[in-house]
Amino acid sequence: MAIKERMSGNEAVSYAIRQINPDVMPAFPITPSTEIPQMVSTYIANGEMDTEFIPVESEHSSMSAAIGAEAAGARSLTATSSAGLALMWEELLLAASNRLPLVLALVNRTLSGPININCDHSDSMGARDTGWIQIYAENNQEAYDNFIQAYPIAENESVHLPVMICQDGFITSHAVENIELLEDKIVKKFVGEYNPEEYLLNPGKPVSAGPYSVSNYAMEAKKNQEIALENSKAVILEVAKKFKKISGREYGLFEEYRTKDADYIMLIMGSAAGTAKQAVDEMRAHGFKAGVLKLRVFRPFPAEEIAKALSSCKAVAIMDRCESYNGNGGPLGSEVTSALFRNKVMVETVNYIYGLAGRDFTVEETKAVFKELEDMAVNGKQLEQYQYIGLRK
Amino acid sequence: MRTDITKINEHSPHQGLTEGLMVFAGGTSKLFKTGEWRTDTPVFYEDKCKQCLLCAPVCPDSSIPVKDGKRMDFDYDHCKGCGICVKACPFGAIEMKEGIV
Repeated sequence: MAIKERMSGNEAVSYAIRQINPDVMPAFPITPSTEIPQMVSTYIANGEMDTEFIPVESEHSSMSAAIGAEAAGARSLTATSSAGLALMWEELLLAASNRLPLVLALVNRTLSGPININCDHSDSMGARDTGWIQIYAENNQEAYDNFIQAYPIAENESVHLPVMICQDGFITSHAVENIELLEDKIVKKFVGEYNPEEYLLNPGKPVSAGPYSVSNYAMEAKKNQEIALENSKAVILEVAKKFKKISGREYGLFEEYRTKDADYIMLIMGSAAGTAKQAVDEMRAHGFKAGVLKLRVFRPFPAEEIAKALSSCKAVAIMDRCESYNGNGGPLGSEVTSALFRNKVMVETVNYIYGLAGRDFTVEETKAVFKELEDMAVNGKQLEQYQYIGLRK
Repeated sequence: MRTDITKINEHSPHQGLTEGLMVFAGGTSKLFKTGEWRTDTPVFYEDKCKQCLLCAPVCPDSSIPVKDGKRMDFDYDHCKGCGICVKACPFGAIEMKEGIV
């Protein structure tokens, strides 16, 4: 029986961690993810779980300890945000290249500067090429559901890669919403016991992890890692299918909200997708055919699938909650247009930067974007291909 | 997953490598002859040696083998020629020579 509750995103993820009861959690607090290690520590102190919690002195250490624990054969995880993720930078790449299936609960917060604690995706986008699988949530329910699916994806033998479960700082992590939780025993059965084939603390079967590699081997190792990331796409879908059986909730690489006959589609990630859906509903009521493509899995990037999903609309707004400082748009702007080009889908696109450092993104702003797309498609209005929303001019 | 790593070499295709380049064996660093990195070489004079054994423990590369309480000649496969043993020897039984001797 599903449990009806109301929780914040941080509470929901902590609840999932308690249910999974992993072996080791090293963590260092940083806003807005601090509550996760705090709540997990409370569960441990109350005897509700027996995870080994390691209070470390920095995020460089928390990721290093998680890597060490995972290589030793323990199911491990950590949580962080913003500068904490930046401090893990070197280790993020090691976790992936050493093919360690650990999980990171990321609560998205902007990176300095200007120094700011609120939400945007600049932290996880900065880590987009570290080899981690990245899954984003629209709300607390999805953060909870994604976290439960994380280990079955990471630990799949054709994958063996770390997974980052992302939720929007404060908007999702601190706002309390209704949620449907699964029973402990159902979650435990779904995630299963961790039985790695090769690990350091395995008597009689010596192994070295992360050795130095000369040039004759490193390129092949990187290709193998890339193949594992490609493999994860099918595994993510397979795990989602199994998850639907226990929860009734459906997940894919992305969600297509009223896009089937849509003339104009907004491609967006994270909590702002809810705002976009509201705008779509209101505009649809007036006959305007708008839709939302909410990207859930950013790594591996579902290029072909996105191109196909956008192939029959008139124009697309590609929404980035992150500035790339490349002079050409945000990360999604670059990757989606490259996906369209390579798959020969020549649809009009505009790349919008929104919600940086916690700036509100409203239903009215979403509507204005759709109207602007229409103006471009119908009246041939020339639009700036890369622009900011809600910027004071 | 456990494969015979002795069959892997620099001509192996990527499919033939281990996951994350894991090394499925123990003590494999012995096979890596780091002595090739040496630019200067310590030379051992057995006649001057009093077997005080001050040299063996200071060697960072365990390249001074000790057998039955006596040091043997250098393990040149792994000695990197740092010269710490020369400084440790009070009897002039080790001399540093330029180049690979």
